[in-house]
Amino acid sequence: MTVSDRWLLPDGVEDILPPQAARIEQLRRTLLDTWQRWGYQQIIPPLIEYLESLLTGTGTDLALQTFKLTDQLSGRLMGVRADTTPQAARIDAHSLHRQGVSRLCYCGHVVHTRPAHMLTGRTPLQAGCELFGSASAEADQEIIILMLETLHAAGLEQIHLDLAHVAVVQGLLAGIDADAETQAAIFDAVRRKSIPELDELLGSAPAGSAGEQLRALARLSGGPEVLEEARRILKEANPSVQDALAELANTAEMISKAYPHLEMGFDFCELRGYNYHTGLVFAAFVPGEGQAVAQGGRYDSVGRDFGRARPATGFSVDLRLLVAVHGPSEDAMPKAIWAPALAEVGLRVKIAELRQKETVIQALPGDLETPADLGCDRVLVQRDGQWQVEVLNS
Amino acid sequence: MTQTVTIALSKGRILDETLPLLAEAGVEPVDDIARSRKLVFPTTRPDVRLLVIRATDVPTYVQYGGADLGVTGKDVLMEHGAEGLYEPLDLKIACCRLMTAGRKDEQTPEGRVRVATKFVNLARQYYARQGRQVDVIKLYGAMELAPILGLADEIVDIVDTGNTLRANGLEPRELICHISSRLVVNRTAMKTKHRVLQPIIDDLGAAVARRQVPA
Repeated sequence: MTVSDRWLLPDGVEDILPPQAARIEQLRRTLLDTWQRWGYQQIIPPLIEYLESLLTGTGTDLALQTFKLTDQLSGRLMGVRADTTPQAARIDAHSLHRQGVSRLCYCGHVVHTRPAHMLTGRTPLQAGCELFGSASAEADQEIIILMLETLHAAGLEQIHLDLAHVAVVQGLLAGIDADAETQAAIFDAVRRKSIPELDELLGSAPAGSAGEQLRALARLSGGPEVLEEARRILKEANPSVQDALAELANTAEMISKAYPHLEMGFDFCELRGYNYHTGLVFAAFVPGEGQAVAQGGRYDSVGRDFGRARPATGFSVDLRLLVAVHGPSEDAMPKAIWAPALAEVGLRVKIAELRQKETVIQALPGDLETPADLGCDRVLVQRDGQWQVEVLNS
Repeated sequence: MTQTVTIALSKGRILDETLPLLAEAGVEPVDDIARSRKLVFPTTRPDVRLLVIRATDVPTYVQYGGADLGVTGKDVLMEHGAEGLYEPLDLKIACCRLMTAGRKDEQTPEGRVRVATKFVNLARQYYARQGRQVDVIKLYGAMELAPILGLADEIVDIVDTGNTLRANGLEPRELICHISSRLVVNRTAMKTKHRVLQPIIDDLGAAVARRQVPA
């Protein structure tokens, strides 16, 4: 083993160093404070738990993303969480036992076996909010607005909100007479908006059929004008699809009233993610960033496997990504005060007093670093027997 | 605010067949791409620039968002995976076939087969569907050599006319799929730059459709 083998971290695993770590921590505090003011209570679920509870009601994507290990005590498989949402659902269904609405938030690392996106790494710092116990459109709207507020708090601008409803494509898919494998292939082609593949898979679907509607929808994306277009395409669709579309339009209208300048887009094929979503889903993008900066949606069935199906909706963000997108903030960390290496009572008292509010770095004997090296812009000096703070002359 | 659009094009044959389509969509490089050593080319549209890169790198650039649009072969997309990409358009250019091939007049051996290819994932998936376990050997070019020198029993490669295979004493065997070039779009760009991108996509689609009519 060479020296470089010892210090190299695995691919996609990173240290967060100063000053980035301080920025992330500051954002974490800001967000948790914001969410608390909205009534979201923090939970701290464990990093590992039994695999079955981590993967309940989710698709295979999440199973592949989860690191597994054997529990030496029980012989059962445990997983390192790759997503906090199923843990929050378990806590709501089984630990809290509330009958009414429960609002939860969390912030902690998740670990992925493979990076979700080329540059995200495998240890995102996931933070998010979950709202359980309400199936209302108002709950969806609260979560979307809270997500937008979160991004504003993180200093992000020019946000593009993308709305979709998974029941539209699911409802249409159910109406297509095909075996499970073809259904999966169609679903995959829709996700990638691959019109050529859809043409091949659906063949010459007659006008008005679910297949034809699906193909028309895959072509559709854009601003509020596409809702009108979607209504026209789905005129003949079954009631569940119609309901989903109405729900989407209703929420979009509400959000645009609250944020008249928000750029909004609609995409009926936005089916990425962990496959546990059942209703309205949404994501936020900023120009120049290849991946969504925040995403979420409704997942009403996850709690069922914990013995209590509860309506649920929520969103999550990666704090590292938010800080990276925002870039170095202008209001940099406040600078520190330098104190000399003297064991004097007066100095000690003064330092203790200053440390109530300020950062004070006391030099150590033989320390060769200058105050400026240590990031100090002021120094403690003794004038007429009194210790005073003076601006450092550079 | 004007939004600039970056289009990543694949070098070589795909490029030659893409440029006329782009010209019909109103995008023409200012310089002669073939004579230049540049990698980024301005176009007649001030808000559009072209990148000319290897076909295998196109999905990476488009996924990352370095380019908003890209043109690359379906073979590359299937091998690379298309997470984070949309593939709205078949440009119907650079058409060829992805095939298996082996030495002429020889049978594929029983049991484990050694397969040389640059499409490692595709080859593994294809043989798995056929119910065969294979050992895949990754090569970067001149696949035809592998069976001749006994390195592999079969190869998986792109076949156009089949002349290269025949010249080397090989024969095409099974068709895996038909290949043509696709337009790929970055997922975020499709949303945030929709107003600029959609007309280009539509124009390209119309250009492709015009070409299909006489045939």
